Amino acid sequence: MLGIGWALRRRIRSSEDFFLSGRSIPAWIAGLAFISANLGAQEVIGMAASGAKYGIMTSHFYWVGAMPAMVFVGLFMMPFYYGSRARSVPEYLKLRFDEKTRGLNAITFAIMTIFSSGISMYALAKLFELVLGWSFHGSIVLSAVIVLIYIFLGGLTSAIYNEVLQFFLIVLGFLPLVLLGLKDVGGWSGLTAKLATVATNAGFEPGAWTHSWKYMDSPSHNPMGMEWFGLVMGLGFALSFGYWCTDFLVVQRAMAAGSMTAARRTPLIAAVPKMLMPMLVILPGMLAIGLHASRGGFLPIGSDGQPEYNLAIPMLLGHYLPTGLLGLGLTALMASFMSGMAGNVTAFNSVWTYDIYQTHIRPGQTDGHYLRVGHAATVFGIIASVAAAYSATRFNNILDMLQLVFSFVNGPLFATFLLGMFWRRTTGHGAFYGLLTGTITAALHYGLTLPRGAVPGIKGGFLGAVLHVYPSEMALNFWTALFAWTGCFVATLVISLLTKRTKSDEELRGLVHSLTPRQRDGHMPWYKRPVTLAVGILVVSTILNIIFW
Amino acid sequence: MSLDVRFPIGGMFSIVGALLIIYGVVSDPAIYEKSLGINVNLWWGLVLLVFGAVMLGFAYRAYRRTESSQ
Repeated sequence: MLGIGWALRRRIRSSEDFFLSGRSIPAWIAGLAFISANLGAQEVIGMAASGAKYGIMTSHFYWVGAMPAMVFVGLFMMPFYYGSRARSVPEYLKLRFDEKTRGLNAITFAIMTIFSSGISMYALAKLFELVLGWSFHGSIVLSAVIVLIYIFLGGLTSAIYNEVLQFFLIVLGFLPLVLLGLKDVGGWSGLTAKLATVATNAGFEPGAWTHSWKYMDSPSHNPMGMEWFGLVMGLGFALSFGYWCTDFLVVQRAMAAGSMTAARRTPLIAAVPKMLMPMLVILPGMLAIGLHASRGGFLPIGSDGQPEYNLAIPMLLGHYLPTGLLGLGLTALMASFMSGMAGNVTAFNSVWTYDIYQTHIRPGQTDGHYLRVGHAATVFGIIASVAAAYSATRFNNILDMLQLVFSFVNGPLFATFLLGMFWRRTTGHGAFYGLLTGTITAALHYGLTLPRGAVPGIKGGFLGAVLHVYPSEMALNFWTALFAWTGCFVATLVISLLTKRTKSDEELRGLVHSLTPRQRDGHMPWYKRPVTLAVGILVVSTILNIIFW
Repeated sequence: MSLDVRFPIGGMFSIVGALLIIYGVVSDPAIYEKSLGINVNLWWGLVLLVFGAVMLGFAYRAYRRTESSQ
């Protein structure tokens, strides 16, 4: 079964220029590639882990976070990205600001890709540990070797093909699992009853795991430890907009579309299946914790005494799927981890080689020289990912760790983008020192606070004094992102006003909102306009929020 | 010309669906105890086969259309 999946994946690896050659491809393919690019371990394992740890509140990542952010990307950001023809975030920053802003962003982005790849590696190793019965150390080595081979065989050459295929693999591999699990616990009402036990055992109201907004009046009333303001601003605004607007692994998919209109419509089309993903990835986590409570020890207990939430999906697969379908499920998981890892290591390679090494360390060398540097960077990236994978073992929910990294990188960067795109007065010095201030603010906040029950170290509080204890890791992440965003925003604003503009209006044409021709959709029938689609998406996500209130 | 992505997707899911159906028919019913007594290999194999066939159908229709327009 596994073999068939791999053999077929290998055969369809062709035509890398499928997208970029400007052929008109159906919009739904671009949309699926757009969400598949982030359908790695963080989504499959992380969202399920969060569903188990925080309950239905995890859906805020979708219906409060991703939906408005994807609409914003489609309507407002795409015209600059597509119009400027930049191929990466650092490249856009160079065009809009200067070389040093690009360099700083390239460094933080490179660190982020290592952590993302390490988290996927951790998930893959955990899966090997479970399926093959190897030790965790052996499983890590196996994962590293597999990914190294995968990348050197050119595993990413037809990313778009693989991604669309992977999307269907995950949907069709997980759906029977969700259906069987729901049937087993007696539908949504049966699950609610089981989760009421989970909630009361943890000292909350019975509905704390099955209501997304009801218990958000105070951090002490819900498992995530958030109140509505911090959630909407920290997750909904700083983290989600930061991620969807500035993560080029994702944005690139839309840039490859055939026309400006298609590029703007891609995130909007992607938002439609994205809206339903919670059913596939959060619900299994809730099922797993429900079973854990009622059957006693469905999930293994980790070294911190908490259930290992990361194992929700692998345990459910083994529990419900018989030989045969189990192969399909495992193939789907492995495909998603490997491409998640390979995609990030490849991104690390290109950012290191072109945005850092070629620009700042040794410019003007031959192509062969840069190619060798690229290979070395790939090997280094994988070794660094191993270290990141070991640090992931300290988190019982990999989404907690991933959002921590995003709060350092994407949170402040979004403030830079917002000011850069909508205020032509923003200067290069302002952007650089603003970004630096934002990242330092994040480090200070993270270093002076701790999640409840954690020891100072990798989870925060390393600066000696702990000024505040958050109820959960996720709450700390949301506030870190919000502090970082604010730090960057204020510093960029002030420094820009104090420094002289270095770029003229002419140079900023197509890079700043007021200097870019407005998109006119008047000639299209109303139902084809991006705005119509956007309004529809926001209405449906509002309805979903109300249903699970 | 580049390959319509629906051909490989449709092909793969049709084959996997067919294999699951065959396995579902010949396998020992005892293994379905964990899936609540439902022969999920057989039923989900059917779902995958139908999905694959529909994909192939759409891809073929699009292929015919571009052929005739050239």
